[in-house]
This record gives sequence, structure tokens and C-alpha cells, in this order.
Amino acid sequence: MKIFRKLLPWILLATAFFILPAILSDFRLNLFGRYFSLAITALAIDLIWGYTGLLSLGQGIFFALGGYAAAMYLTLNTEGEAGGNGIPKFFENYGVDQLPFFWQPFWSPVFTLIALWLIPAIIAGFVGYLIFRNRIKGVYFSIITQAALMVFFHFFNGQQKLINGTNGLKTSTAELFGQLVGSSDMQLLFYRLTVLLIPVAFLICRYFTNGRFGDALIAIRDDEQRLRFGGFNPVPFKTIVFVVAGALCGVSGALYTVQTGIVSPQFMTISTSIEMVIWVAVGGRGTLVGPIIGAILVNYLRSLVSEALPEFWLFVQGGLFIFVVVLMPDGIYGWFTGGGFSRLLAAFGIAPMARTYPQLDEEVAALEDIS
Amino acid sequence: MELFFSQILDGLSIGSVLLLAATGLAIVFGLMGVINLAHGEFMMLGAYVTYVVQSVFRPMGGLVFELYYPVALVFSFIVTALVGVLLERTLIRKLYGRPLETLLATWGVSLILIQLIRSISTAMLLGILLAVAIGYFASRMFTAKFGDRPFLPYITGLLWTAAVVIGLVSVNQFSVIRALASPWFGPRNIDVTAPKWLQGSWGEIAGIELPGLRIFIILLSALMLLATVWFLTKSAWGLRIRAVTQNRQMSNCLGIPTDRVDSITFGLGSGLAGVAGCAITLLGSVGPNLGAAYIVSCFMVIVLGGVGNLLGTVLASLMLGIIQSVVGSGSLLIVFPDMPAAAKGVVEFFATTSMSLVLVFIFIIVFLQFRPNGMFPQKGRSVDA
Repeated sequence: MKIFRKLLPWILLATAFFILPAILSDFRLNLFGRYFSLAITALAIDLIWGYTGLLSLGQGIFFALGGYAAAMYLTLNTEGEAGGNGIPKFFENYGVDQLPFFWQPFWSPVFTLIALWLIPAIIAGFVGYLIFRNRIKGVYFSIITQAALMVFFHFFNGQQKLINGTNGLKTSTAELFGQLVGSSDMQLLFYRLTVLLIPVAFLICRYFTNGRFGDALIAIRDDEQRLRFGGFNPVPFKTIVFVVAGALCGVSGALYTVQTGIVSPQFMTISTSIEMVIWVAVGGRGTLVGPIIGAILVNYLRSLVSEALPEFWLFVQGGLFIFVVVLMPDGIYGWFTGGGFSRLLAAFGIAPMARTYPQLDEEVAALEDIS
Repeated sequence: MELFFSQILDGLSIGSVLLLAATGLAIVFGLMGVINLAHGEFMMLGAYVTYVVQSVFRPMGGLVFELYYPVALVFSFIVTALVGVLLERTLIRKLYGRPLETLLATWGVSLILIQLIRSISTAMLLGILLAVAIGYFASRMFTAKFGDRPFLPYITGLLWTAAVVIGLVSVNQFSVIRALASPWFGPRNIDVTAPKWLQGSWGEIAGIELPGLRIFIILLSALMLLATVWFLTKSAWGLRIRAVTQNRQMSNCLGIPTDRVDSITFGLGSGLAGVAGCAITLLGSVGPNLGAAYIVSCFMVIVLGGVGNLLGTVLASLMLGIIQSVVGSGSLLIVFPDMPAAAKGVVEFFATTSMSLVLVFIFIIVFLQFRPNGMFPQKGRSVDA
């Protein structure tokens, strides 16, 4: 049994890597690839929310920045797109004839590979430091990150001339290694890449949540005041963890973008960012396995519901929020590990009931009655 | 220059709507520590109530129709307040002391409200009523029979699930009848016509025209604010509300019914949002997505003004409204035509409504670097708790 538990992650990984591509249609596989890439975002949110207690409602920023970095590279390096004067076609619509300066470095694949996690990380570090320095926390932190998200959304949405505004950047018609990004071969490649990157993200998160650094994070979550009185400065811890989460979200966003075929400011709406939080809550926060389960399950559910009854999804999603928060605060994984299943069995008399204090009291009373 | 002043007037009216909404949010947050992300949807409810009242009054025509707006104001307050109380009794009550969880749960509520407004039809209403009735009575019956056996929560959950499924199926059945199936509002925006006495100008001061709508909104929010302040400082329930805000446990010990105080406060906050929604209908067409546009601005107001501080809320919301209107409309360029080129570039860059929000956010972040707790921070020991 113990060996089975040890082997389980590898079995799952191998299944996702070899078996799913063989049995699923291209369309389904692509959907699963998206869910898996979102699982990395869920991990990042778990790192900052589940472990450090910072409920960021602005992770969509970093997600979208990663996506934009990837999309900008792809747009620039496509034959048809980068027309005669070397700039993407959509610029013609707005009468721009010179490539804006921040597009220039995205000619380089190496720069793009670094930028898609480094830019989100830098912005996360900057915003995070300014926020944490002032001891803004709890609800205020959530509100400020939400406002930041709104700002980025309006910025990307409004700047038609710089990044094609509302329309976003299409990647499915772009080319990479001489092949269409939207082609099934490339999609399979991206799928496999995503599957391989989940364990990497998992290990990064485990590295940060284990050991003394992880203890500090949990201490910040549980009682920051006391940590400060103990002589620790929580600001660097929070900033570092926020930066790491931002970088992970960037990678996740890039993977998601190449698999959906488009990046647009819609990635940065408030609803998307709060949705990300609910994946973690459903799966179980404060565990690293939970968010992965949550992200995949909720998004799968979303696909199922919106295929069957498109209008119904918001009801289901809203209900899910309420259900998880009120009745299942530990999420699915937390429910299982917290003995939820045996409690369920015990409630119906299948397994013995755990003895609790009132029962013990009754027994003592009964004993006293006898004597 | 006149344009500039009329922009400021516009800004004041936008700020007044923000003020109405943010006051409700601030009261609820200050008292109960509940972040109500469904607040924007309460505004939307208020707007739709106004629309409904208008549709009822329209056939009467003439003078009676002209008077629909005050009635709509009252109704939008009452209806949203009732919805707020219902929400507090059923959901928020379970989440006290967990502000982040209330944030998520109320977001769920807001999603449900948005979709409800989009797709509610008579068939759907019947289905919901049926599901609630079945779920309620079935779980009551089971509780009566089995008391508090350990399996009861699970059974109750199953019963409610079954009730929802029955409701869904019955919605499907009702929808066969065309008249029941058509949605009341649909996903599109709705328009409310302002009564004649609000349209046009209300005279002018020093060459500046006073548009009736804007002045009315400013007066309305000033009046509502005064009423709220009066309620909080002079009435018996206001006294209780303030007592619970100061020290919940002590108030409870002294016999103040804190749970009823919570309900009333939440109702009051929601009602104010409803009035704000009613005011918004005068400014333009409204739709199911109205809430999202306002909620973030409301929270910015609260962060900027300091929590639970009415004066801060007033100043912050008016300031935000004016910045949005003056900078966002680009009227600075017209008022100061010969500013230096660099400044001109900056002003042009921010001269859309959405980009002015960006400016506001930058302003708030910079401001918080110097005063981390807003303009008028709360003092005392309870601050960090």
C-alpha cells in the first residue's frame, strides 16, 4: 500500500504523458492541456494564499503577462505576420509604422523564454514590496491586488496601438519551428511540455513550503504580529513568495496562451482571477496536491456544464463558491485527509463512531448512576 | 473654463453615486468585517427595480408617470434591503470572523445574481420557488423525524440536491409554454427614461448651466448621507449599531441583540446600494454587468478614505469622481491649451475613462506609501485585529 502511494504520482504522470494523448481526441487533449497549465497557476495561488495567507485577487496580471510575452514572440517571428517592414499586421490598422520599443527584444527566443517568467516576477516584486512594506494585509491586500488587476486590464484593453487592445494577440496562426502553432503536432508538444512542467512547479512550491522558509510562511499566515515580535521581518518573505507565485503564473499563462491560441485582456478580468482562487479552495488549500486536483476538476466541470447548458455555468460556479466556503473549507483533498470519508461512513453507521467529549461525559454520568 | 466646471459637476455626480455605494460597503465592512463583493450586484438590483417601477407607471402616463422616480427610489431601497437581509440571514451569518471567506462567498452570490437577472423568466421563478419549498419542507420533515442523528446533514444535503434537480426539471417543463419561458430582462442593457422635471437645465450660476440630473443626484446622495448619519447617531438602532461596531462581545453581554443588529446593518448597506443603482439609471443604460464596473471603484474609495470613516469616504469618493471625470474626458487639454509638450503627452495618455482609473490607482498606491491606513485611519487598539 505504501509503495502504491509512492508510485501513484509517477503512474498519474505517465498516464497523462503517454496514455491520454493516445486515447483522447485532439480537441479533448487540448482541453486537458489547458487544465494542466491552469493547475500551475493554482499551485502558485496556493503558495501565496494557502501557505502565506495572502489572498491575491490579481494573479491574472502575471498570468496574462506571461501569455503576452509568448504571444508577442510568436507574432513577431511568423513570416506572414511580420510583413515587409518587419512589424505585425495589426499595427497597420492603427497607422503605426514603427515597432514600439518594448516589442524589439521579443525577436529573440531566449529573451522570450526568460521574459515570460521574469517580467511577471519583477512586477510582482515591485507591487508586492510597495504593498507589504506598509503592512497592508488581509482584506486590504486583496482589494489592492484587485485594483491593480483592474488597472492592468484597462491598460491592455485601451492601448490599441501598442498591443492590439481588446482584440488581443492570436497565436494559433503563428508559426514555430516552421509549423503552425495551432497544428495538432505542436499542440501535442505543448501538452507534453505542460505535463512535464507541473511536477517542476510542484517541486518549486515544495521547496518553498518545506523547511524553515515554509515555516516562516505558515507563521506569517497564522500570526504575523507574533512573528514580527519574534524579531523577523516578514516583508522579504512575503515579497519572495509573491515573486515566485508571479513567475509561476507567468509560465502558466504562456502555456495556456499557446494552447488556447489567443491572449487577450480577458485574462485579466476580475472574474478570471477570483475563479483561480476557487480552484485552490475546491482542491484544498494549504496542500500542494489539492490545487492541482481543484484546477483540473473545476475546469473539467466547467467544460461539461457549458457544453450542455451554457447559461447555467454561472449558477454552478456561484454555487460552488458558496458550497466550498461554507461547507467544505478544507477542499476535497483536505476533506479526505481530515477523515471526512470515515466520518461520512460513521454517520451512516458503517464505520464505528469516533468517541467525542459529550459521549465520554454521558458514560461517566452513566457510571455514576450505577454506583 | 465653463467646460472645466461642468466637468467638475459631472465628476461630483459620479462621485456622489460612488459615495452612496461606498457608504453602504463601508458600514457593512466596519461593523461586521464582511467584504461584500455582491455590493455591485445590489446596485444592479436597484437599477432593475427602477426599471420595473417605470414599466408599471408608464401606462398611466401624464403627471402620474412623472412621479414614478421617487416611488422607484423608495422601492429600490426596500427591495435591495430585503434581499440583503435575506442574504445575511442565510449565508453571511455563517461566515463571521472570516473576512476573506465572505469575500469569496459573496462573489459566488454576485455571479448567481448576474445570471439570475439575465435569464430569469416566469418558468424559472416557479422552478426556484418549487425547489426551495421542496428542499425546505423535506429537510424539516426529516429533522422532525430523526432529530439530530449524525447522518442528518448528509441527508439534508441530498434532499436539497434532489430539490434543485426537481426544480431544474420543472423549469424545463414550464418552459414548454412560450409565455412562461421568455426572460423578463434578458442579457441586454435596459434604458430608463428620466422624468421630464429632471431633464434639461435647472438654471445657471455664473454662466455655468446646472443640468438637472446631475444636481439631483448630488442632492440625493447628500440627503441619503445625512439620513444615514442621522440614523447612526440619533436613532436607537443606530446607537446599537455603533455599540456593536465598538465592542461586539460587550454589547452582546449588555443585551443588545447583535444578530438583529447585523441584519439591520446589512439591510441598510444593501439598501444604500439599491438607491445608488437607482441613481445610476439616470446616467445611462444599465445591464447585468453593471456591478463589476463599480465595485472596484467603491473599494478604492474605502481604501483611500480609511475604513469605516464616513468623512474619509465622502472626500475619497468625490475626489475619485472628479479625477475620473476631469482627467478622463480630456478637458484639461482644452482648459490649459498651452501646457508643455511632455505634460500634454501625459494628459493625453490618461484621457479616457478607463485610463483615468489607472491614474487613480497610481495615485492611491503613492498615497498609501505615506498614509498606509487611508486619509483618516482608525485609531485605537482594535486597528490591527
